[in-house]
Amino acid sequence: MVTQITSFGRSGLYDWMMQRISAVVLSAYSIFIIGYLLLNPDLTYDQWSALFESTAMRVFSLLTLLSIGIHSWIGLWSISTDYLKATGVRFFFQSLCGLVMFIYVVWGVQVLWGL
Amino acid sequence: MLVSIYRYNPEKDDAPYMQDYEIELPAGKDLMVLDVLNLLKAKDPSISYRRSCREGVCGSDGMNMSGKNGLACITPVSVAAKGNKLVLRPLPGLPVVRDLVVDMGQFYKQYEKIKPFLINDTPAPAIERLQSPEDREKLDGLYECILCACCSTACPSFWWNPDKFVGPSGLLQAYRFLADSRDTATQERLGDLDDPFSVFRCHGIMNCVNVCPKGLNPTKAIGSIRSMLLQRAT
Repeated sequence: MVTQITSFGRSGLYDWMMQRISAVVLSAYSIFIIGYLLLNPDLTYDQWSALFESTAMRVFSLLTLLSIGIHSWIGLWSISTDYLKATGVRFFFQSLCGLVMFIYVVWGVQVLWGL
Repeated sequence: MLVSIYRYNPEKDDAPYMQDYEIELPAGKDLMVLDVLNLLKAKDPSISYRRSCREGVCGSDGMNMSGKNGLACITPVSVAAKGNKLVLRPLPGLPVVRDLVVDMGQFYKQYEKIKPFLINDTPAPAIERLQSPEDREKLDGLYECILCACCSTACPSFWWNPDKFVGPSGLLQAYRFLADSRDTATQERLGDLDDPFSVFRCHGIMNCVNVCPKGLNPTKAIGSIRSMLLQRAT
């Protein structure tokens, strides 16, 4: 058993599962958005803002936003533990990733709710 | 034929280098790479490599032949050589002791970690622990591993984290004991593997499957371990 405190869920299985679940959410969202844009070639601003006014879309978007955070955290954490061998550098990189993700989530919430 | 061999003698050389040998191979025969090495060693006795059974059973002569890991004794020169050139290097990722001989310590340490022996806490029967033919069949494709390290040393995850990631060979063996109906330590074994490194550093690129000289499939075994971990935790 290898002890790790900086991974997302502290368990390999949990990280692995979250990586897959978030990947499914991200693909579903991408397919939906691309499909929506293709089916509405003459998209107007009103239509677009109406889409993001609906609660279902906000739930889906927020879920996607959190999935981006989780997915990238697990992915970048793996990369940093593979390639960054100096503990200080690795910890700095991981902290930076955490901070950027947090900013994206807060910012995304702001954008979604038009705050 | 031109044979280029990785040479390094830590007592004499500051750094490893490639040495080229020109050798005339007997016509009408497809020698194995080990045969070529033996011919070269007769000319230059300083070339070092491990070999024992010379028929793909002992796993001693694992090496990197023109970029691909394999056993020199069962790899024909026609397969290993590119053009008229054969490049021989030690297994990648492990410390080199001398020439083609690597220090397998890290590899064995990972093997030791998965407790490669049957654990059974029930009283031993008078003769032997029986197993149904169906249960025995589950071990096929797992027990045949000869620990040559060709797979683990072809795995980038093992290169980057040889101290934490068990590696394809060790995990194939881990599953061999997880799948054994006579083993009673399944839960403890799974508990030891549920961290972000031991099993989950495998990203399924299947280099291990590509190089295994015994045709085994460590990636499949790792998938089975994941399924067992998932079943246990959900």
